Amino acid sequence: MQLALERRAERSTFIAIASPLIAIALTIVTFAILFAILGKNPVEALYVYFIEPLTDSFTLQEIAVKATPLVMIAVGLALCYIGNIWNIGAEGQFIAGAVCGSWLAVRTNGTDAGAWVLPAMLVLGAIGGALYGLIPALCRVYFGASEILTSLMLVYVADLGMDYMVRGPWRDPAGLNFPTTAAFDPVASVPILFEGAGRLHAGSVVALIVVMLVTVLLGRTIMGFEIRLVGAAPKAARFSGFSTDNLVLFTFAVSGALAGLAGIIEVAGPIGHLDPGVSSGYGFTAIIVAFLGRLNPIGILIAGLFLALTFIGGEGAQISLKVPLDVTKVFQGILLFYVLACDSLIAYRIRILRPIRKASPANA
Amino acid sequence: MLETLSNIFHLIFSVNFILTVITASTPLLLASSGELVVERSGVLNLGVEGMMIVGAACGFAGDYLSGSITIGALCGIVAGAATAGIFGVLTLGLAVNQVATGLALTILGVGLSGLIGAGFVGERIVPAPHLYLPVLTDLPALGRILFGEDPFVYVSVALIIGVWFFLYRTRAGLVLRAVGDNHASAHALGYPVLKIRMLAVLFGGACAGLAGAYLPLAYTPFFIPGMTSGRGWIALALVVFASWRPARLVIGAYLFGAVSILGLALQPLQLGVPQQVMNMLPYLATVIVLVLISRTRGTAGSAAPASLGVVFVPDR
Amino acid sequence: MHDVSSKTNSAGTAPLLQALGITKLYGTFCANDHIDLDLYPAEIHALLGENGAGKSTLVKVMYGLIQPTEGELRWLGDKIVLAGPSEARALGIGMVFQHFSLFENLTVAENVALGLAPTESFKEISERLAEVARVYGLPLEPGREVWRLSVGERQRIEIVRALMQNPKLLILDEPTAVLTPQEADQLFIVLERLKSEGRAILYISHKLEEVKRLCDTATILRGGKKVATCNPREETAASLARMMVGANIGEVKAASGRSTTTPKLVIYKLSLEPDDPHGTRLVDISLEVRGGEIVGIAGVAGNGQDELFAALSGERLSPSDGAVVIEGEAAGLSGVTDRRRLGAAFVPEERLGHGTAPRMKLSENALLTGHAASGMVKRGFIDKPATLAAVDKTTKVFDVRKAKRDPEAVSLSGGNLQKFVVGREILREPRVLIVSQPTWGVDAGAAATIRQALIDLAARGAAVLVVSQDLDELAEIADRIAVMFHGKLSAPLEAAQATRETLGLLMGGADTGTPGGAEEATHAAGP
Repeated sequence: MQLALERRAERSTFIAIASPLIAIALTIVTFAILFAILGKNPVEALYVYFIEPLTDSFTLQEIAVKATPLVMIAVGLALCYIGNIWNIGAEGQFIAGAVCGSWLAVRTNGTDAGAWVLPAMLVLGAIGGALYGLIPALCRVYFGASEILTSLMLVYVADLGMDYMVRGPWRDPAGLNFPTTAAFDPVASVPILFEGAGRLHAGSVVALIVVMLVTVLLGRTIMGFEIRLVGAAPKAARFSGFSTDNLVLFTFAVSGALAGLAGIIEVAGPIGHLDPGVSSGYGFTAIIVAFLGRLNPIGILIAGLFLALTFIGGEGAQISLKVPLDVTKVFQGILLFYVLACDSLIAYRIRILRPIRKASPANA
Repeated sequence: MLETLSNIFHLIFSVNFILTVITASTPLLLASSGELVVERSGVLNLGVEGMMIVGAACGFAGDYLSGSITIGALCGIVAGAATAGIFGVLTLGLAVNQVATGLALTILGVGLSGLIGAGFVGERIVPAPHLYLPVLTDLPALGRILFGEDPFVYVSVALIIGVWFFLYRTRAGLVLRAVGDNHASAHALGYPVLKIRMLAVLFGGACAGLAGAYLPLAYTPFFIPGMTSGRGWIALALVVFASWRPARLVIGAYLFGAVSILGLALQPLQLGVPQQVMNMLPYLATVIVLVLISRTRGTAGSAAPASLGVVFVPDR
Repeated sequence: MHDVSSKTNSAGTAPLLQALGITKLYGTFCANDHIDLDLYPAEIHALLGENGAGKSTLVKVMYGLIQPTEGELRWLGDKIVLAGPSEARALGIGMVFQHFSLFENLTVAENVALGLAPTESFKEISERLAEVARVYGLPLEPGREVWRLSVGERQRIEIVRALMQNPKLLILDEPTAVLTPQEADQLFIVLERLKSEGRAILYISHKLEEVKRLCDTATILRGGKKVATCNPREETAASLARMMVGANIGEVKAASGRSTTTPKLVIYKLSLEPDDPHGTRLVDISLEVRGGEIVGIAGVAGNGQDELFAALSGERLSPSDGAVVIEGEAAGLSGVTDRRRLGAAFVPEERLGHGTAPRMKLSENALLTGHAASGMVKRGFIDKPATLAAVDKTTKVFDVRKAKRDPEAVSLSGGNLQKFVVGREILREPRVLIVSQPTWGVDAGAAATIRQALIDLAARGAAVLVVSQDLDELAEIADRIAVMFHGKLSAPLEAAQATRETLGLLMGGADTGTPGGAEEATHAAGP
């Protein structure tokens, strides 16, 4: 017996919707088996991971807090990936945004600057992320350098740059020599939505607005059509009069701005200061979120919440089940593989081939 | 100023510096040799970083548990090939986008290596011994460079020569290049495109795994999560830099090896440049080199295999 | 089933290869439906049929590339199962593909070696290559990379590669499609010689005159079924065509007394470097197309037609604004969208992937060229009903057959999709239409509809430029014909003077590129 792919005449709409669900189900089954092998009770483990965080309002808010940067970054990345443009440096753009926005927070720290500080920080963060995203875009447009490699390399550069700032010029003199800036002033912090009940902050609202705007952009506007066309058929896009180069610049700028915005919101929100650990890999996890959400903004919102759930569940599991945090990363990696595999079934169906030797009985 | 320059000059041409460059270049050469074969067959596996880091974790675990460098290296090779196998099944068997799958492989690899290596962080092993040949190794200057390396260095040199010989001097290599140039034609002539590519992908994974294992087995005798720190990505850039040619790959690997340790090597000279900026050098150099290479190639025609990254689904 | 074992031909020889009841299903689509075929030694057997009749599928089965759903092959009377092309080659079956199975970045010798069993050393192969090339008069340089070679030379590699296996049966899939008439004549000499050596030849074509001239037997396929096997020399071209198409095709009628007006498309001294290293450089091209006329551009593929199309559509910009003039406006530096706004429309050769995005719906593909000037976009937002209306109109006027109102482009058959792509442009009533290979790979009915639409558009006063490799098509619709060769364009000939022979000579590079030719074209344009 042999398996072969056969192209479907039309994409299967049913599988397009079902594929992420199938992928999640397969991942959960894989994990249940893995936990059983590790000697943990799989039912208990799955409960800790996926149900327990949903049972209390504090962890529910934590899920939203964790999902906020993931969703914002992933929505921007989806714009790139739909256009077959490979920005994998969102982590760097996130850091660039965080650093640029923090500059203002550090400068105004302890002064009597007014309520304009936070909005200005958000703008700076978005601009910083966009400019940092434009570097690989320009390298591709003007020199033909692969944006995959350049955007990734710039992650390391941004990380080291931030490290320098918080250990050098911006270090909090009262910080006991820890590499961190001083805590941001209230005017430089993202407000909490429900004071005293959890950490849910106004940034989550921004993420929801971003999801809505990008949904409209992709589905209803000529710009969205251009992005989809460049990704689906670049030669046809050129014939249509669209320039891939412009699109590379546009999508990198937008996704960079969103990553940068996510970065400064994270720093000015839940974290409250800049230190080398601000990112914890959001820019890479967002890649999983983008694909799990089928590059659709609404899908990404759901996928972002789901991955945030696994993070929170993973933290719970670390305490109650004594499993390392890396299990969560493995879970996410395996999930992405299943998502990609299931996606293949949207365009293809799998056929079982009969063995060739027996394939042609003399027909009567 | 002049004194600083002369200090730098002396440092760069010292035997110790050259020895460190060779050690730093070896993982790059190992990983990129494998990826060169993969890309020549028309597959773009962006998961080198992921395969390397899994190779590093498994290599260390294998050595730590068995006490044998060879078993450690084999563990790295098998782990790299196994993760590459997942990539192969998805991209070749299920025709999934190679870029996305390569990214997934890296993300999974980072997680897996953390999980595997969690129990070994902080442990030490005996690093791979260096060759010692009486008389030869004791020769001044060149003696230690040519006859005093660890075994992986010799393996990496043999590997790239082997890759060159395979690609240009064997029929199988010709078939592999043909598959990368035009998979539809190769299929029409009856060559099993997907099988050939799968073998190339597994080979690439094995090389990346070995490259990863080199880090804890010879470079630093312990395991740190994320210890590949982007070397897999630099290996990918090297293949582009080399225009998919083995000879240029050797030059590129040693050049990048040199750049990557320059920051560390210059530290004692107190040049007044922040250490972070020095550490940026290999990454910035990669970006700059990619820009320069891609720019000059614009006029001379692309050297990339024509089918690189293109999904192939045979018609039955 | 009829008894096949004792079958012989008129000369009393037994068949070399027999196909019995070959059936190939793709899902529910039946590409081959119980086809029988007997091939005899020392015979040239034609396999005739329109595009999509199932010819390529059948020969792929006979070469082991695809497995039949039903039916069997017999070699010298014995049942065989071909698991792959190497088994077919081992038996003595050689194949020359329509779309060459060559490797552009490898040398001629490497390409040949890849088609042979791995027993010979590379040196032996090179020596034998030189020998075969000399014996059959097919000169080749073993060390050259394929991308440097012309189409004719590439085909020679394929033929030499097949001959080096010393095949008993040689299959050629539409070998003359890319050749000049003179190159085709040389090929026929080689084929006659192979026949005289006792080899069987299966010759796939849809060119009737060629088949009548060359072949001893013809099997005609239509819609995946075998229609007849006959002696083509005893048939007329018309009777063969009827069998091929199944009915008399509606004649395309030229609009009588077409009057031409002012030049609407002017190309003036256009030179352009290729953006692809394997491309062709355009050299000093000048041409005028007036309103009301159809000008044809003939030529063997790869002589710069694609580059010319890109330069005219605006996918590539010209060095100077005046090199391309549309409706009196210099547009050489304008992009595709601006040229469309000037009243130009374009139909590229490649339907899927260039003219349309295969995996997008027809309404989105209507937007693909309609976003510029058809009111489908308002303040950046897409007017979905307007795009659907455009699809409906095209469907109605051009009789586009499809399963639902708004399917993906890839789900349409070649002919229907081509009608959509051409109709999409014509319904915008362009003043200038540039169309490349308008009926390539399209069934006869759709081809007639499309040609008629082009003639009618010209009759309404538009300037139409048709790039085509099909000389019959150009003879049918064009008023004047120019020939492209090595990136240069000959002076256009009046259709009446453009015999196959003169065109063939021009296509082969005779007497073009003289400054006089280009000068004449610009002079003819007048001030």
